[in-house]
Amino acid sequence: MTASAAEGGVGLLLRELAPQVLGAVARRSDDFAAAEDAVQEALIAAASRWPAEGVPRNPRGWLYHVALRRLTDQVRSEVARRRREDAIASEVWAEWAFVPPPDVDPGADQDDTLTLLFMCCHPALTPSSAIALTLRAVGGLTTAEIASAFLVPEATMAQRISRAKQSIKTSDVPFSLPSAGERESRLAQVLQVLYLVFNEGYTTSAGPDLHRVDLSGEAIRLGRLLRVLLPADREVAALLALMLLTDARRGARTGPMGELIPLDEQDRSLWNRGLIAEGTGLVTEALTEGPAGWYAIQAAVAAVHDEAPSAEQTDWPQILALYDVLKDVSDNPMLALNHAVAAAMVHGPAAGLELLDGLDRDRRLAGHYRLDAVRGHLLERAGNRAGALAHYRAAAEGTASLPERNYLLTKAARLAASKDT
Amino acid sequence: MRYMLMMHAPRGTGEFQVSDWAPQDLKAHIDFMARLNRELTGKGELVAAEGLASPGQARVVRAAKDGVPAVTDGPFPEAKEFLAGFWIVEVDRAERAYEIAAKASSAPGPGGTPLIIPIEVRQVMSGPPEV
Repeated sequence: MTASAAEGGVGLLLRELAPQVLGAVARRSDDFAAAEDAVQEALIAAASRWPAEGVPRNPRGWLYHVALRRLTDQVRSEVARRRREDAIASEVWAEWAFVPPPDVDPGADQDDTLTLLFMCCHPALTPSSAIALTLRAVGGLTTAEIASAFLVPEATMAQRISRAKQSIKTSDVPFSLPSAGERESRLAQVLQVLYLVFNEGYTTSAGPDLHRVDLSGEAIRLGRLLRVLLPADREVAALLALMLLTDARRGARTGPMGELIPLDEQDRSLWNRGLIAEGTGLVTEALTEGPAGWYAIQAAVAAVHDEAPSAEQTDWPQILALYDVLKDVSDNPMLALNHAVAAAMVHGPAAGLELLDGLDRDRRLAGHYRLDAVRGHLLERAGNRAGALAHYRAAAEGTASLPERNYLLTKAARLAASKDT
Repeated sequence: MRYMLMMHAPRGTGEFQVSDWAPQDLKAHIDFMARLNRELTGKGELVAAEGLASPGQARVVRAAKDGVPAVTDGPFPEAKEFLAGFWIVEVDRAERAYEIAAKASSAPGPGGTPLIIPIEVRQVMSGPPEV
């Protein structure tokens, strides 16, 4: 095995062990922030030592031992500082003097990992803080890795993480599973954080830097973990399915110069059949019995696209039926746009345009470039070239995504050029 | 030494009206910029490269007395040029920054003719010198 392969193997092992060790340490400590710091230090120590010295026989026990040592050191120095400051002898540290030897395995308590996820995705945190903390505490990534994945300076990311932990402290979130009544809404938060991580990776995957952590892959890994923890939850299965079915198209989604290739122009032989099969299986499971949730319907739409042998053979009536159901589950205006596209594919562009007219009054969409992009697309299909051009150009003006702007400008340019032929 | 290379595009007139370009000219321009960034990354010179959203979305903000942001459309709708994007490069000497700027300036426009976009080159201030 090469050195870098050894490092890669160790890296993955550490990321798997991170939430288990942190769960065990956090249960012993009443200071989550300190526990998290201690585990992070243990992970960094392992990452530098294991590739050279070999992985210890009981890697989880090793990390647990080292993290508890660090925590004890922190408490000791804190006690010493207080002693110096106000001369009060405290025996607090004695409680921490017992650190189990490295061969003691704290075991992997699945509830601990689940508790961690709920804690890191707590509603008291802003989405960006929750994402950063989840990737570090549950994903086992270093601050430097998370910073480079989000293309921000490491100091910025470190601050974001420490503020997240501060929020947990001040809002007195206990290290325990949410009550049954709270559980559903808290799980929705966890799913949303994972989906945001996935999308961040999916939309910024054009970067040439191979050393960047693959955020989509990390979200999928955490989605698989959550699925192991909650095997009976259908929305958990659905989110994992949605991520797999979307990620399956990644290789076909951009051209050699990083340009966006829309679904109907993608080379479907580049789609990952293994991921599609896995995702389709999960969707089927998520759609059985009871009303389907938001992720389940989205995943079902993705599955219909992925199963179509060509863009022309896409089962649009089924997609339209799915969006009809989704309309009752969520009033997300972006989904309403997709609904209009599906309606146009089934009943012709006029039907889609009529739905768009209804959306003009939605204040959340007013002036949004996506509305212009979809309208341009439907007007083009309806043969209204001048209208389509105007809306493509307006959409290109409005988007903040460079590949998307280039795509929309190219669409407009092609349309303008076709006038002369 | 770090330099910021600011691309000032003349506002929507003549050959700079990108939305009027032929598809192949647009593609050549986009590919040119992508290749330039790849080249700079490959040489270890690229610190950052960002394109900015359209000037129609730009706003000028001033602090009002009560600290509430006072936001106006802007910067200057009548201005002839706007900042379209920038690079930050790390190079050993100013001449190399000028070379990169000249290359960016020669990005192809309609018919493949170099646009000769004006690029403002400014050195980025550094921390205190080591003693």
